[in-house]
Amino acid sequence: MSRWGMVFDLDRCTGCSNCMAACHQENNLAASGPEETRLGRAFHWIRLLPEASQSPHGVRIQFIPQPCFQCDDPPCVRVCPVHATYLSEEGIVGQVYSRCIGCRYCMAACPYSAKVFNWYEPNWEGDLAKKANPDVSMRPKGVVEKCTFCHHRIIAAREESRARGRALEDGDVTTACAESCPAQAIIFGDLDDPQSRVSLAARGPRAFRLHDDLGTEPKVYYLAEQE
Amino acid sequence: MKNATNDNAASAYADQELLRSVEQSGAGFRVASTLLLLVLLAGWLLFSRQLLYGMGVTGLNQPVVWGFYIVNFVFFIGISHAGTLISAILRLSNAEWRRPITRMAEVITVVVLAIGGFHPVLDLGRPDRMLNIFTAGRLQSPLLWDVSSITAYFMASTVYLYIPMIPDIALLRDRGTWPHWFYTFLAWGWQGTPRQRKVLDRAVGIMMVLVIPVAISVHTVISYIFAMTLQPGWHSTIFGPYFVVGAIFSGIAALLVVMIVLRRIYHLERYLKQVHFDHLSKLLLVMSLLWFYFTFSEYLTAFFGHEPTEMRVFFHKFLGPYAIFFWGMVACNFLIPVGILSFRRTRTIPGILVASCAVVVGMWLERLNIVVPSLANPRLPYPTGFYFPSLVEWAMFAGGIATFILGFVVFARFFPLISIWEIREGREHSIPETTERLQGYLPDPEPGGTPVSAGR
Repeated sequence: MSRWGMVFDLDRCTGCSNCMAACHQENNLAASGPEETRLGRAFHWIRLLPEASQSPHGVRIQFIPQPCFQCDDPPCVRVCPVHATYLSEEGIVGQVYSRCIGCRYCMAACPYSAKVFNWYEPNWEGDLAKKANPDVSMRPKGVVEKCTFCHHRIIAAREESRARGRALEDGDVTTACAESCPAQAIIFGDLDDPQSRVSLAARGPRAFRLHDDLGTEPKVYYLAEQE
Repeated sequence: MKNATNDNAASAYADQELLRSVEQSGAGFRVASTLLLLVLLAGWLLFSRQLLYGMGVTGLNQPVVWGFYIVNFVFFIGISHAGTLISAILRLSNAEWRRPITRMAEVITVVVLAIGGFHPVLDLGRPDRMLNIFTAGRLQSPLLWDVSSITAYFMASTVYLYIPMIPDIALLRDRGTWPHWFYTFLAWGWQGTPRQRKVLDRAVGIMMVLVIPVAISVHTVISYIFAMTLQPGWHSTIFGPYFVVGAIFSGIAALLVVMIVLRRIYHLERYLKQVHFDHLSKLLLVMSLLWFYFTFSEYLTAFFGHEPTEMRVFFHKFLGPYAIFFWGMVACNFLIPVGILSFRRTRTIPGILVASCAVVVGMWLERLNIVVPSLANPRLPYPTGFYFPSLVEWAMFAGGIATFILGFVVFARFFPLISIWEIREGREHSIPETTERLQGYLPDPEPGGTPVSAGR
């Protein structure tokens, strides 16, 4: 059984937000539009956190890409009243759109604000709805949704490797954000495979996790910048 | 049929006066209930937009995912502690001055609990899937604890309101008051036989003990919704008792406001006297001090620990955008009531009204201060949030208050607001009972010596 994880190399990340755009396309995320964004309802499964820091050359702004951290001990799953969010066997925190009652308790409980809510019926400009990715379900209004580590890609890759009669190998599956990153700053793979690129990076000296003092055991790692 | 059951002149007069709201309701009732229904209707009309288009019509947004609905949920449920808990404690401790108060207190509980308990449903993105809570419920979720405990409390407090009403309903039945079938049904064949009285006493006795732990559990569990998360400002061990204290505090204040208003409208001056207000307002004063103590401990620990995430919430409240609400809360919950209620000169009925209104407002502000700033300052500070409620949320708030008033208007139309039989019982039995009880407190006569009473 795999345990999927992700590593962001902050040395490589340029903050171009290509990952956000790729995620929108891949996962059928409706555009929230300027009106709604101004109200604070921008809608992304992966976002860029701006981080200002002091450097010898003045203030430095750095961007930290943040998907759902897919915690091993997820606070959102603990509070859900209806089993609408769960931790899968492969360590991905899933959301059952057809069961969620929209109480938003998981959003209030998530220390990383990683979940998003459908405030309205998703809005598709023109014929965009017809061009949606058929592998990912469309969401109705009033439910919570979140990053899934592109689990539809994982399923497809596993089926393909099974058809070819071999085990799933490192590099067989990658997420839309990792695939689209021009700087190759995102590594995706199996953390339980000791030889995978992601687990080597996650065990490396530069690896850290955001707010892992909370004991939520995130499976998203960052590689600190080198001076 | 009229006056058929009255024993003597004094109680006949008392009955007439307390039954006036039921038997002589006129245009006032119709006008008031129509106006209130209109407010409620307007609220629901605006709310239908939320059902049609989604939660987007509220002012909620990405970090601030909970707003007025949850604030009002906690607030209304807090008010509900007025009733049952106060009435149960006063009954349990044999406080004789409780007699004209308990009924009103219990009505507050039932009405407000129905309003408050409905608020989480307003807050759902998919109210059509509400029953998933029962078909797919997770008992590990604090929301489920809430559902169970509020349901239990609603049941218990309805029964606790109803049982001591039976003799009064039977009185209305015997007087042939319209609608006769209604009172006949609700009176449950009450004839006032000694056996029935014994059963009634037993039932009230059981319910008043039962209702106290349930009431305390309700507000503890509501605080757990917040305290069980890891969010700064919420993850606190004293939240349970803090919420219970706040609930009783706001409950007493609401009870005082209701008593003062109803006393004026239904001319209950002979029943609700200065002494009742005096006792209750002293209780309010004690709760105000207790509330301040909890608030002080809560914020001092946050400040002294100086965790960065906690401090963002802390300064959001103390100096930031919520400063006006935070300091308004401190003024309303502590400075005003303590300033007014500590001195006998200002502990008059208008003074008590001002203090109680301040506390009701202040406790609402407290709920706002707990819910919004913590959500507006998440750990990963982008986006930080602001929240301003939309028209729909304001309308539903007005609708909630209208329902509260409507509940009292309708109750007073059909039932006496003060328990007639308990007042009568007080007149007939309490004085000898209390004398006997007081004598029980005094030292026993010396063995062999002259009995103390002999010298009298």
